[in-house]
Amino acid sequence: MGCENKELLLRAYFDGELDAVRSVEFEQHLKTCTLCAQELHEQQAMRDSLRAANLYERAPEALRAKVRAAIPPEARPQPIPIGRRPVLEWLAVAAAILIAVFLGAKVLPNIGGKTQSLVAEEIVASHIRSMQAGHLLDVESTDQHTVKPWFDGRLDFAPPVVDLTTQGFPLVGGRLDYIDHRNVAALVYQRRKHLINVFIWPKEMKDTKLPEAQTVQGYNLVFWSHGGMDFCAASDLNVAELHQLAELLGS
Amino acid sequence: MLPHLDAAYNLARWLVRNPQDAEDIVQEAYLRAFKFFGGYQGGHARAWVLKIVRNTSYSYLEKNRPAELAEEFDEEVHTAVVEQPGAEAALLQSADSRMLREALDELPMNFREAIVLRELEGMSYKEIAEVKGVPIGTVMSSLARARRQLREQLIRLRAKEEQGGLRK
Repeated sequence: MGCENKELLLRAYFDGELDAVRSVEFEQHLKTCTLCAQELHEQQAMRDSLRAANLYERAPEALRAKVRAAIPPEARPQPIPIGRRPVLEWLAVAAAILIAVFLGAKVLPNIGGKTQSLVAEEIVASHIRSMQAGHLLDVESTDQHTVKPWFDGRLDFAPPVVDLTTQGFPLVGGRLDYIDHRNVAALVYQRRKHLINVFIWPKEMKDTKLPEAQTVQGYNLVFWSHGGMDFCAASDLNVAELHQLAELLGS
Repeated sequence: MLPHLDAAYNLARWLVRNPQDAEDIVQEAYLRAFKFFGGYQGGHARAWVLKIVRNTSYSYLEKNRPAELAEEFDEEVHTAVVEQPGAEAALLQSADSRMLREALDELPMNFREAIVLRELEGMSYKEIAEVKGVPIGTVMSSLARARRQLREQLIRLRAKEEQGGLRK
């Protein structure tokens, strides 16, 4: 069961729901508490067995076809020109359009996404939220070979994941996030005491953007594109070092 | 392209424990999702889809197999009888796929759902809370109880196997 007063912490730690500071504190506790260490070991044993057992039931192909056929034609998502939106969260996009119509916004010229400043605000909001307890990481690992496969099946694109420890930006982990009505990958890097969220999503615009910095509510953002993806690094770290990270990630 | 269809099917399949019923439920859930499109208020699209799948599964069971929903409240806590430290972990680690499937299948609905969303779907507490429409604290406690029961179930299955050799 773990030791009595730490049971809640242990569970949250095991599920990756603690923020960085409390994780470290709990790891300290683990070093001295054999009860908690053993409980954690047992929980991990069960999780390993569950993972190894392949219990996930994927939808049969026939069901996919049936669902598609059952959706009334007027509600069916329209085909999208190739290259414009290689991936599409149609539910979210359609909902966004509905909400926008509801708000009386002019939607049509803007389907490809919000203006960059709105996206920037969303990114900063996400960055701030991620710094609050339990939101930073879904997968906690400094190993790019652990983080990258974790995104498989959770996103409909494969974000590039590289560890930059030797260059002074160690990878801390990754997380799913939601920006501009789509699921995006968020990679978390560290620079000294600063945490950096790098948001990645498939590219929307054809023109290649040069790295571009912006400051919102005191946070620095650097946007760039590379290899068919749009990137945005958000942090309280200075712009020069964010540019350095952008360069390392291939801007 | 149909987003989250695998997640939808996986959840339905584990809730109703029958592939054909799961297919029907997923179809109905996606229809509902389209019909009540306005219900989507941002947030996690996957959680939103799974919430509809969950509700559809519950109404289906209510109508066709109400007994299965009742078992949710039948919680009996057995204490494990493994004494040596480390022995339990070794036991859990050696459980095979068939045994895990059986153990998970036999959990009460509420607990089965918690394990499926957390361990198979990899959802955060917050997302699970969205799917089930309950506070995060409730997610944490049902997940803890679910894990305890799953663990006991596995240990029981293991013991049974060692005694009688029930290997299929």
